[in-house]
Amino acid sequence: MADLSVTFAGIRSPNPFWLASGPPTNTAYQAHRAFEAGWGGIVWKTIGDPTPNVASRYSALRLGTKRMVGFNNIELISDRSPETNFRELTEVKERWPDRALVASLMADTREHWHELIRRGEDSGVDGFELNFGCPHGMCERGMGSAVGQNPDVAEKITNWVMEVARKPVIVKLTPNITDIVQAARAAKRGGANAISLINTIRSITQVNLDSFVPEPYVDGASTHGGYCGPAVKPIALNMVQNCAQDTDLGLPISGIGGISDWRDAAEFIALGATTIQVCTAVMHHGFRIVEDMIEGLGTYLDGKSMKSPQVLVGRAVSSLRKWEDLNLNFKRVAHIDHEICIGCNLCHIACEDGAHQCIDLLDPESTGIGYGPGRMKGKAVPVVREDDCVGCNLCSLVCPVDNCISMVEMSSNPTPMSWSQYQYLLSKGAIAPIPPHP
Amino acid sequence: MEEMTDPLSDQGALAESQRCLYCYDAPCIHACPTGIDVPAFIKKIANGEVASAAKTILTANILGASCARVCPTEVLCEGACVLGHEYEPIPIGRLQRHATDFITKRGISVLKKPTETSGFRVAIIGGGPAGLGCAADLAQLGHRVVIFEKERDAGGLNTRGVAYYKMKPRVSLDEVRLVESLGVEIRREVNVGVDLSAGELLSEYDAVFVAIGLGCGSRLNLPGESGPGVRSALDFIRDIHEMPLDEVAIGHSVLVIGGGNTAIDAVSQAKRLGAPSATLAYRRKEERMSAYAFEVSLARAADCRLLFQAKPLEVLRSAEGNLTGVKFVHETNGKEWIEPCDQLLVAIGQNKQDHWLKSLFPTLELNSQGCVITDPLTSRTNLPKVFAGGDCANGGKEVVNAVGEGKKAALAIHQMLTGKTPIPTLQSSRRGIARPPAGAGLWNPVRKPTH
Repeated sequence: MADLSVTFAGIRSPNPFWLASGPPTNTAYQAHRAFEAGWGGIVWKTIGDPTPNVASRYSALRLGTKRMVGFNNIELISDRSPETNFRELTEVKERWPDRALVASLMADTREHWHELIRRGEDSGVDGFELNFGCPHGMCERGMGSAVGQNPDVAEKITNWVMEVARKPVIVKLTPNITDIVQAARAAKRGGANAISLINTIRSITQVNLDSFVPEPYVDGASTHGGYCGPAVKPIALNMVQNCAQDTDLGLPISGIGGISDWRDAAEFIALGATTIQVCTAVMHHGFRIVEDMIEGLGTYLDGKSMKSPQVLVGRAVSSLRKWEDLNLNFKRVAHIDHEICIGCNLCHIACEDGAHQCIDLLDPESTGIGYGPGRMKGKAVPVVREDDCVGCNLCSLVCPVDNCISMVEMSSNPTPMSWSQYQYLLSKGAIAPIPPHP
Repeated sequence: MEEMTDPLSDQGALAESQRCLYCYDAPCIHACPTGIDVPAFIKKIANGEVASAAKTILTANILGASCARVCPTEVLCEGACVLGHEYEPIPIGRLQRHATDFITKRGISVLKKPTETSGFRVAIIGGGPAGLGCAADLAQLGHRVVIFEKERDAGGLNTRGVAYYKMKPRVSLDEVRLVESLGVEIRREVNVGVDLSAGELLSEYDAVFVAIGLGCGSRLNLPGESGPGVRSALDFIRDIHEMPLDEVAIGHSVLVIGGGNTAIDAVSQAKRLGAPSATLAYRRKEERMSAYAFEVSLARAADCRLLFQAKPLEVLRSAEGNLTGVKFVHETNGKEWIEPCDQLLVAIGQNKQDHWLKSLFPTLELNSQGCVITDPLTSRTNLPKVFAGGDCANGGKEVVNAVGEGKKAALAIHQMLTGKTPIPTLQSSRRGIARPPAGAGLWNPVRKPTH
């Protein structure tokens, strides 16, 4: 099997699966259980001036019967003292020397940052993660995302840290910002060795329609929480890729955001992450999920003849381009496999009401399609009008049967032409304008 | 004895309803002879609007609660469910029961009595599923409806003829009350033809719907049949409904003759009520049985014995006249043998009502089977003002077919009386479909082959 070990900004880890700073990494007890389960690294719950918390702290988005599709929290950094935390970090590192142990830190003044870094170095941890991302509670005290949202401040604080840090320093970025690359560049200017992203997104998950108080409920009120879990994965992937693509940046990335299984992890790695961090999925199912992540990633890498996840890092980054560089001459149309179509007609109604009106409902007999599963007398079957199909994918996305609707590439103009090239050719008078869609 | 299928829990109903794909122009609608908008009601359950789901069901099918229990969903809606091809169909029957039970338990009324009346009066002969189905729709269209029911309770076979483990009579009686709550009057223990003539109905009412069902169980016409121990399986099932269970006469060794669903119900019921031995004997091979395959496997699971190609020759009795057994001959190998029994239940069909029909309406056209000839889309007969549906016209089908025929008659009667084109309730999940825009299932229900 592939060797899953990675080195991230100089920190060695037996696999790329780390636990993100959060409730699962609050105590030595949890850390032991996590490492026993096989996690490669742990980012300890953020250490700083201990702060009291409220009840309740979490709320979640449900989708049908699926729980925890999205999750939000209003819990703050560690409510345990730095003494306790650093003592336990030492104990954990001594027992698990081969694993990556990173202390997440949050402070306000330069002196305070220096003090935390020094105590961290003494505790024996492998590195630090600076929490510039927490979007609730701490930001109102000038920390967390209040730092991450202001690149100048983030750079300055990173500088303070680098004045004393000897171990690698990771800056954790907040997604509550217009362009995350600016924040990443600030971290680099401040001297950081790596970045991790994304922290949680400011959110309200649900409103109680009887009490009119959103969740989580705290004595008749609520507050904006940090959103995470499977629902944020697409946002996180986008931001990870943005940073990975930035040629000026060149920092290793630890990917975070909605990772629940090896496939999610592999996608983050393919978009530029070297390690990935998990929190919500463990809060849902426990530390045991890592076993399948290790096995699944190993099997995948073996199948691709990749000897290490390092080979996978960034493999998909360059296929993300600007829209104007995409080929306008590429054509594909939907193709329905009537042998396995079950006749739900969701493709028809989605196209008819939600897209481009090019899937007709026709009589199965006169079209020669005939009857079959879900296709009965008196009930029409969906048929794609290929000439009008714009290849948008919608029908293939709503189809409940795997491989029933495929998007088939059409042989059309073999010469690619992007929007940029089109503009150039137009200006030269070398091409007639593409007529508008009727 | 409890109903055999457990009701879904709230959470179970939620989980199952959320599995529904919400098909567009869903096959389950086409398979329902009353055209219930199945995806629409299931979506409402999924959204927590259970009473609203019940309204969708009852608007299409006033007997939604009993159909949820007695419909052979395997060959109707669930048999058509697109999820059944590779996986499990949505349990539409159980979800329908969940929704209808929800409002019954809480006493919620979802159907409204119309505020304006048309001034037209319609008489319905027979208060079974067809009669109730017709009455409910006519009443909601504003017509004055009177049902003439010869029994003490309306509901027909739903009240008296359904195996107890499928449905309790209470469900049917609740439905009768629901129809009455729409303003329908039921005159009980009135025998049309005896207590009043059909001619009187025709002159007093603007239309008449004939829904008299089928008659008593047919006889074997074999030597020894008359005498103690032999009875119609329908009477046996009726006893179960009308008597305390411990008073229902059950033999030690029960023999049922027949191959239909009543035969299967009877043998299963006999075994479930404690008969040490219960045997069903059918003249033909198993694949020729008109009973549903799943009912047959239920009977097997209840330890009933099933004999095939067994043609009865003679009912045997002791010198004292007590039933001792039935002599059979095997249809292919010609061997004869005796099946001992002390109770014989005959389930070879019900007598047609041709005599009663002819006495009521001498010029009413019947087919060679003694059933009323009706137009499949309107339930019209050859006589003006006279419509017919249910078993007396279709020869004996499901409850849901009877309700559908009653409904079609109601729409046609409404058109005849008011001149307005009858449009069944729009099936909202089919909104925008070209053909038929409304009433899919009702007009040409699609049915999966039984075997």
